[in-house]
Amino acid sequence: MQVIEAENLTKRFGKFTAVDSISFDVKEGEIFGFLGANGAGKTTAMRMLCGLIKPTSGQGIVAGYDIKKQSENVKANIGYMSQRFSIYEDLKVWENLRLFAGIYGIPNRKINDRIDELLKRLGFESEKDTLVKSLPLGWKQKLAFLVAIVHEPKVVFLDEPTGGVDPASRRQFWELIYEATDRGITVFVTTHYMEEAEYCNRVSIMVDGRIEAMDSPRNLKNKFEAESMDEVFHKLARKSTRTGD
Amino acid sequence: MVKVENISKKYGKVQALNNITFNVDKGEIFGLIGPDGSGKTTLFRILTTLLIADSGIAKVDGYDVVKDYREIRKIIGYMPGRFSLYQDLTVKENLEVFASIFNTSIEENYYLIKDIYSQIEPYKNRYAGALSGGMKQKLALSCALIHKPVLLFLDEPTTGVDPVSRKELWGMLKKLKEDGISIIVSTAYMDEAGLCDRVALMSKGYCLSVDTPKNIIQKYDKILWSVSSNNMSKLLKDLKIHSEIESCFAFGDTHHITLKNRITFNELHNYLMKLGHNEIEIKTISPGIEDCFMDLALKGADDASN
Amino acid sequence: MGQFFVFIKKEFYHIFRDRWTMIILLILPVIMLTLFGFAITTEVKNTKLGVFDPSKDIATRSIIQRLQANEYFILKKFISNPDRIEDEFQRGEVGLIIVFPEKFYENLLHTGEGQIQLITDGSDPNNAITLTNYATNIVASYQQELNKTAVIPYQIVPEIKLLYNPRLKGAYNFVPGIMGMILMLICAMMTSVAIAREKEKGTMELLLVSPMKPLVVILSKVVPYFFVSIINLATILLLSVYVLEVPVTGSLFWLIIISLIYIFLSLALGILISSLVNSQVVALLISGAVLMMPVLLLSGMIFPVESMPYLLQLLSNAVPARWFIMAIKKLMIKGLDVTSIYKELIILGSMAFFFIVVSLKTFKNRL
Repeated sequence: MQVIEAENLTKRFGKFTAVDSISFDVKEGEIFGFLGANGAGKTTAMRMLCGLIKPTSGQGIVAGYDIKKQSENVKANIGYMSQRFSIYEDLKVWENLRLFAGIYGIPNRKINDRIDELLKRLGFESEKDTLVKSLPLGWKQKLAFLVAIVHEPKVVFLDEPTGGVDPASRRQFWELIYEATDRGITVFVTTHYMEEAEYCNRVSIMVDGRIEAMDSPRNLKNKFEAESMDEVFHKLARKSTRTGD
Repeated sequence: MVKVENISKKYGKVQALNNITFNVDKGEIFGLIGPDGSGKTTLFRILTTLLIADSGIAKVDGYDVVKDYREIRKIIGYMPGRFSLYQDLTVKENLEVFASIFNTSIEENYYLIKDIYSQIEPYKNRYAGALSGGMKQKLALSCALIHKPVLLFLDEPTTGVDPVSRKELWGMLKKLKEDGISIIVSTAYMDEAGLCDRVALMSKGYCLSVDTPKNIIQKYDKILWSVSSNNMSKLLKDLKIHSEIESCFAFGDTHHITLKNRITFNELHNYLMKLGHNEIEIKTISPGIEDCFMDLALKGADDASN
Repeated sequence: MGQFFVFIKKEFYHIFRDRWTMIILLILPVIMLTLFGFAITTEVKNTKLGVFDPSKDIATRSIIQRLQANEYFILKKFISNPDRIEDEFQRGEVGLIIVFPEKFYENLLHTGEGQIQLITDGSDPNNAITLTNYATNIVASYQQELNKTAVIPYQIVPEIKLLYNPRLKGAYNFVPGIMGMILMLICAMMTSVAIAREKEKGTMELLLVSPMKPLVVILSKVVPYFFVSIINLATILLLSVYVLEVPVTGSLFWLIIISLIYIFLSLALGILISSLVNSQVVALLISGAVLMMPVLLLSGMIFPVESMPYLLQLLSNAVPARWFIMAIKKLMIKGLDVTSIYKELIILGSMAFFFIVVSLKTFKNRL
């Protein structure tokens, strides 16, 4: 089953075409890496898929809903985590989870069980009553991810989730992502760490608003005769002619 | 060039820096490598005279960071972590403002920034806020260089920047080094350590190691294997529960494991076969900086708890 | 010196390139002044007139006739019992009552002087002042006519009595009040926000790590706002004189001097706030809560200081705007000279000195 289907998705701002007719599908339970240089149009594309901005033309179905006409349904069925972790620093761990569970309409009687389950999965039970601001960065990030999937969305969008996090925490974070996909959640992720691209089932690389390549990391490396994804990226991004955002 | 001796700094209860000691030689690119919260920015602020350490001595080009802060401010260039230029001024206006701060003019030291600035000069009448990430960075670097500093501080210049722009920036730094400018740069990207002459690995306010990247790798005393199979996420779990494996982390398209006791490739191969893995590949590899960092951070944590 | 000018230029760029800053700085004073101004200059027509006239002679009749003949007044009733005057107001029967003494004309002829009393509702001070002004003019015109034929000039002295708000707070008050507010707003609030913005954006960090003296940085931030304040001062004065017709009756020179002192004081407060906070929002909140609220509520601009509870009166002494507004009132409206504002000058001057010293002392050379 396809969780994300994009067909000729285009966004223009005035004369500038930020996203130029991109098409791709993401399967259920897949980790899809969305790569590209700064200003290549990643954020705009992601915002369209999340129902935050309307595409100029083209079609998009996310979690079974049309991103143009049913953006509210789209929002209810996706999770989103940005680089600036969208959790409240001055609330406790469980208060954050409770709050977002409430926002996404999880019935009251289920909330406590759900929170306990999530805390357990993270090994966070002892930190339940800790204020978020006193948590180390790596933990905050994991908590932000839990908050993003508290309502068991079909797909979760992660916008550069691992910037600045220490290497060990970053890997633990990816274990969390793997676990989510094991339970059927689809993961759509942008990153500047090229070796994280290797963890994805498939990656797409955007250059100047277009998708220049899309395949599994292994196939991409074969195709571009590269040792690593970093090399693939450099070979592709060199084509960029864009100077501004 | 820079001398740091037993610098410590506390914010409330949090020990941001713990007895940091290192030296930076003239004309080298020195990297402070560590994740967010490791104390890089605090250390930068102490060295750039913005903060006063609780204890310890720090000297920049012979000047004490507390007593002689005025002298230091004249000879250093600083590029803070965030994009700290005036977004509502144009490229040229920004450069003019920073030139005037140092009582110099764009023309006077143009040769120094020419390579960098010429790339953004076509956009000199654009507001800085409307520049792309890479161009903002070039402008910030031009502004930090306009007064021909002897020492350049760059706080996480590559955070949130795509790999191509990152590479470009490191190219620029190499050039500046050839012009005789010493550079202290911080980064959370471990793979950039190799681009520095020497690095200090930092974690949670501690300095784990100060050395050349090569030596740090040489000092690594564990056996490191890379393992891959057709099911990588299951492989990770299976490796983690193996009793002879000390640590296991995903690294790109393979997993890196360190061993408690010597087991053979065959033993591990068989173990994984039994668990249903196919296309198993096991290799001995030499570590990268990231492996070293994780190992040192683990040891550091043990030392701290003892 | 060169760097100082580059910085001032830069600061003006910041102001000119932000639409909202521009609006707040230059348009807001005009809007506030005209709003307040036109809210009070309502024409008063057909006010019901009550008359208490025990003498009922030729002079009182002529005066009543003249009042009646005017479009401003309608003769509503004659009152027989002077004790019932307040009652009439409370029932809203009349808007103005004219009270003649007994034997008005006789006294006028013999002594050359006649007393009348104009009573109106002072709780609506703007209205009250308009009404008594009209009535006084009408009485004066009668007096003029009398004097055409008279050998010794007669004088009719209207005594104005305002019920409920005897000191007539409010009218004309708004011009000094708005001056106190706008100058505080621009100097303290805008300056502190502008400095806090540099801290928030991280550019202050860069400026600190430079040989530029932090004091120079701050001064260059302050200068443009100083100029903008001067422009606003001029706008307010011009508007009030030519549009609202509130003239500067006293010394313009001293009015400007005391305004300058007040401006310096506000700028110092702005710097003080900015060195205490790191974000624009907090700067805005502090200047809003600590500076603007007292200016509005405790300075006597809206509520007369005399009618405040004792504690608030004490507190109002610490509000610079109170002294500024008092001085401006004296100079602008009461037409007094500098000798009358020595006290205010001294208080504002020492407050300014105090805050300048404190703000320079608290200013940090580091983060």
